[in-house]
Amino acid sequence: MGGLNVEAVTHAWGARRALEEVSFSVARGQFCALLGPNGAGKSTLFGLLTRLFTPLAGGIVIAGHDLARNPQAALQRIGVVFQQPTIDLGLTVRRNLLYFAALHGLSGRRAEIRVMAALDRLGMAERAGERAGALNGGHRRRMEIARALVHRPAILLLDEPTVGLDGAARAAIVDHVHRLAAEDGLTVLWATHLVDEIRPPDRLVILHCGRVLADGKAGEIGGADLTGRFIAMTGAAP
Amino acid sequence: MNITPDRHLFTPQEPEVRYVADPDGLDGDVDWKAACAFPNRAVVALSAILQREALRLLGQQGRLFAALVRPLVWLFVFAAGFRAALGLAITPPYQTYITYEIYITPGLVGMILLFNGMQSSLSLVYDREMGSMRLLLTAPLPRWWLLTCKLVAGSLVSVLQAYVFLAVAAAWGIRFPPGGYLAALPAITLAALMVGALGLVLSSFIRQLENFAGVMNFVIFPVFFLSSALYPLWKMAEAWPLLRDVCAVNPFTHAVELIRFALHAQLEPLALTVTIVALAVFGAGAIWGYDPARGLAARKI
Repeated sequence: MGGLNVEAVTHAWGARRALEEVSFSVARGQFCALLGPNGAGKSTLFGLLTRLFTPLAGGIVIAGHDLARNPQAALQRIGVVFQQPTIDLGLTVRRNLLYFAALHGLSGRRAEIRVMAALDRLGMAERAGERAGALNGGHRRRMEIARALVHRPAILLLDEPTVGLDGAARAAIVDHVHRLAAEDGLTVLWATHLVDEIRPPDRLVILHCGRVLADGKAGEIGGADLTGRFIAMTGAAP
Repeated sequence: MNITPDRHLFTPQEPEVRYVADPDGLDGDVDWKAACAFPNRAVVALSAILQREALRLLGQQGRLFAALVRPLVWLFVFAAGFRAALGLAITPPYQTYITYEIYITPGLVGMILLFNGMQSSLSLVYDREMGSMRLLLTAPLPRWWLLTCKLVAGSLVSVLQAYVFLAVAAAWGIRFPPGGYLAALPAITLAALMVGALGLVLSSFIRQLENFAGVMNFVIFPVFFLSSALYPLWKMAEAWPLLRDVCAVNPFTHAVELIRFALHAQLEPLALTVTIVALAVFGAGAIWGYDPARGLAARKI
């Protein structure tokens, strides 16, 4: 029930096919990396998963809820971190999260508790009162991940969440999100074009030109050299 | 490759799920179930969106100030210079000869609403606000409600700015009957919603705008100048009847007339009807434009 199912999803932008019968499923508590070079269709897939637009064909089931038939129940179960930051820089971290909590129907004491719990989970509790604009890139991203957890979703979707971050901040975020999957049973779909964010036990789906090229355990797909394997498959520099 | 051997710690635990459904016990609460019902969630979301808009406005006082400079320059400079050139006959709602400043003030209120409505809706087209719109649209609420919240929030800011402008004008001696200020509230609100809805429709259809100047040239200026904001329609008919006809079908003309009559504590039924119908049409257009099956899908985001 807590997992994600993508079934034969097809989408096009005008004449250009962005996704061609993409199917995969992620079990509850699994960290699934969606690896693909730029232009592979990752962002299109994220747009479909968050129902910014609907696919031409195929279906998406989120934690047992069909996104087309029961969009609100499905959206209630996902937390999203978009590639571009979506933060009110002028407001405090706490305010940013409270706003999002309210969009999910949480208010008052309940919202305060959830917001602080989510910030605490990402090690950001002491920054609750800071203006979001004063945070560095890594902390902004952590804030956005905390925000995506406020309504306690079953599935966390992250679209290239480490773009623009330095090495240490990247490692910290990769680590945090792996822990969320392992310790909290959160289902994670992590889109990236960076092989070094993926660990051998992770589930791995490789997307290229809108098609699934490989689907399995990262360690098994890549063997000792996932980078080399990825380049060989896609002809792209990672 | 950067995979270290101790990563087995993070092996996904498929059968052994340690996910705690309700760690803080908040969900066990019966009230929580009621709080999840649609009307409650919808109201919570609306008040949060209004609050966010208010906090943003407070955070950028410059925005309020900047929005006032434009109409005040028109009022103090343009109107003062123009009053000598333009003779105004007594037409409803006026019962006596009026100064040009009195004539132009409702039009400038309309200008505030127009600029603000376009700015708040069309800022969605730019990346800066697109992110917050994406966030908004992933909320588990119906699209039409989320768009309504966005529209109401933007319109309330417009109404506030319009009243600050009226206060400055009153301090300058450009005054309306006291009851007019009260009667104008629903009129200005309705006009703000109508213009904001137009902005939402445009934001869903326009793929990209290089900058705000494009909106000024192709939307704001035509809408503003082809209306009764600056000159009465009968005056325009003297110059060119076709121009008058174009102005007469412009919904913005009716929004301005609605405000003009309301400021003199009168109701103009035609203006009211046209403004409401235009709001309904633009609102429906926005809901259609933001339908996940099209609209935003047409723009790669």
